[in-house]
Amino acid sequence: MTKENETKSMSLIVTKGSLDWAYPPFILATTAAAMGFNVTMFFTFYGLGLLKKDLKLNLTTLGNPAMQMPMMGMHMAMPNILSALPGAGALTGAMMKNLLKKKGVASIEELRELAVEADIELIACQMTLDLFEYDVKDMIEGISLGGAATYIEVAAKSDINLFI
Amino acid sequence: MADQILDAKGLNCPLPILRAKKALKTMSEGQKLKILATDPGSVKDFEAFCRTTGNELLESKQDGDVYEFLIKKTA
Repeated sequence: MTKENETKSMSLIVTKGSLDWAYPPFILATTAAAMGFNVTMFFTFYGLGLLKKDLKLNLTTLGNPAMQMPMMGMHMAMPNILSALPGAGALTGAMMKNLLKKKGVASIEELRELAVEADIELIACQMTLDLFEYDVKDMIEGISLGGAATYIEVAAKSDINLFI
Repeated sequence: MADQILDAKGLNCPLPILRAKKALKTMSEGQKLKILATDPGSVKDFEAFCRTTGNELLESKQDGDVYEFLIKKTA
């Protein structure tokens, strides 16, 4: 069905860089690529951190009442007063990573490698790079730099455009 | 009869699809890939995958907790 001249395409703007928010864009991008789409991911603001070689992803527990972790046969939400404690993000992040592994869910590192393997175009927002004083040397290989116009050109030609 | 068997049991979305795509890439047209999975979401996902990519879903069945798919590489 998919012929060379009618290859579908998808673009994603990735704006969030916590462990939970990193999943939707990488899952959708790698799946679309597996389904024959040309995929472009544009990483901006906190999403840019997902391109760092060394990922230390934690959860956003504070002010997130919908987050309920399965625990001892129940579901537990974390009260804001606990989320505000130092280390809460790292602790829940570690718990979530255990849970993901137990349930056979790929790690973000694994999905990102699959994205690179699938020739997904990874574009880092130049402005965010300057703003947060990131060094492109700390980012994974094979990414390109671009700005809003670069994204708009891709989006104008894409069948699916997502902002996550 | 399948030419290749992919064991995706225990893997969750989207890994069964990604692994299947990887396996299909190494196969030639007309060959058949059998996939074993435990992810209940994979039933609808393999249907969608095949409709979109043009590969043929010859079989989709369930045996206990295991889902079995047979895909003929046609694209």
